Amino acid sequence: MEKLIAGKSVAVNEEGYLTDFSQWDKSIAEELAQEAGINLSPRHWEVLAYLQKEHQSQVALSIRRVGKSNVVDIKEFYQLFPTAPLKTATKIAGIPKPVSCI
Amino acid sequence: MKNLVILGAGTGGTMMANHLHHHLQSPDWRITIIDERKEHHYQPGYLFLPFDMYSPDDIVKSVKEFIPDDVHLVQQKILRIVPAESKIQLEGGNEVSYDVLIVATGAKIAPEETEGMRGAEWHKSVFDFYTFEGSLALRDKLRDWQGGKLVVHITEMPIKCPVAPLEFAFLADSFFKEKKMRDKVEITYVTPLSGAFTKPKATEALEHLLKEKHIHIESDFAIEHVDNTTKEIVDYGGRSIPFDILVTVPTNKGDELMARSGMGDDLNYIPTDKATLRSKDYENIFVLGDASNIPASKAGSVTHFEAEILTENILRFVHGEPLKEEFDGHANCFIETGNGKALLIDFNYTHEPVEGSFPFQGIGPLRLLKESRMNHMGKLAFRWIYWNVLLKGTHIPFVPATMSVPQKQ
Repeated sequence: MEKLIAGKSVAVNEEGYLTDFSQWDKSIAEELAQEAGINLSPRHWEVLAYLQKEHQSQVALSIRRVGKSNVVDIKEFYQLFPTAPLKTATKIAGIPKPVSCI
Repeated sequence: MKNLVILGAGTGGTMMANHLHHHLQSPDWRITIIDERKEHHYQPGYLFLPFDMYSPDDIVKSVKEFIPDDVHLVQQKILRIVPAESKIQLEGGNEVSYDVLIVATGAKIAPEETEGMRGAEWHKSVFDFYTFEGSLALRDKLRDWQGGKLVVHITEMPIKCPVAPLEFAFLADSFFKEKKMRDKVEITYVTPLSGAFTKPKATEALEHLLKEKHIHIESDFAIEHVDNTTKEIVDYGGRSIPFDILVTVPTNKGDELMARSGMGDDLNYIPTDKATLRSKDYENIFVLGDASNIPASKAGSVTHFEAEILTENILRFVHGEPLKEEFDGHANCFIETGNGKALLIDFNYTHEPVEGSFPFQGIGPLRLLKESRMNHMGKLAFRWIYWNVLLKGTHIPFVPATMSVPQKQ
């Protein structure tokens, strides 16, 4: 389905995750962050960039892996993206929701 | 003479020994299986032990009993795998060389991964039911417990048998009902997932059941520590949940042997090709069951389906033929829902659990994704099948290794 985000029409799945990363840009991230009640700080951007890089190298993301990344520890990850950080952060980063669990 | 070595004499290793000894025989081949344990446990039985539905005798037998006579059983601790030299180092200094290696060392709980989990309250008010000791300690606790807050908790995924904690919650509900004390027990199900299960379709059905049984669900809970003084579990976001009894599924990890051998990922699982079941790094090493990192459920049924495909691939490998890329992640699990009923789910890497009947379309006798008494009988019958059919590597009639999608829906 299509959704209008930051004035652009982008392809998303039923949970609102972008299905085509090439459509992602910073204004889209900012609007998705607003929807989640988050104002993006420089720390947020660092974590988002890390998640995107991991996704591009086809690393399966999990809270544990993020915690051991040396980019952010789990406690801070929760402060930056409260409640369900991995789900929220991946959505803002324009990458798929991790299937860390079977 | 060539050597095929199997590490681990649990569900997977035992099945492979029974499959392969028909094909790889003396004088060309010698099959060796190595495991220091003397007892073979029917792990699904750990779920029933706390509720006095099974006794220890039902779930413990000897390893030896299930290993064929022409397979060499070595009951020693494995120190290290040396893949570069195709050999195994054993405690005491002995070495075993292999031409083909099958790793089936499983997964186990690692409560030490979470702060305070293995603390003062361990096996007093904090229990696991993924070990024989934990399950037995919990049985003794539940026998004369007067009620309070029962919290059933999953630390992080992946875990063995991802439906087991749900089944535990369902069985607890009916256990306390039978003891006429359900009103004295508050049951909470705490999960790091966003819902009751990993697959949306099954989650819907299972959440409905939780509601019906008055089991409260707390989702998206990533535990930071167990507080042994206040008796609470606390997550990274600061959310805390009090308990009188905590039944937790700790982090699951592959065997420490992988860390010692430099062969595992950060959870000691071996990087494995999900279709051929061969190690991604070593061409003469194959990985079966919970020991691998493939994105399939860690469950006996999955191992059983893998074993049929792996047998074929090992035979292809020793004959110099290309491997068959066939494993599809097929899982087939009974879910005990209490009151003598159970659900059955059937799914794979790509297909969600669906409704329908199994194994025969329109006939059953088992119902997919629906509670029924027949499913419960199926689960109970499975213990007999496990000891008498499955471990011996006999094919279960009408249940194919790969999922048959057109049968369902």
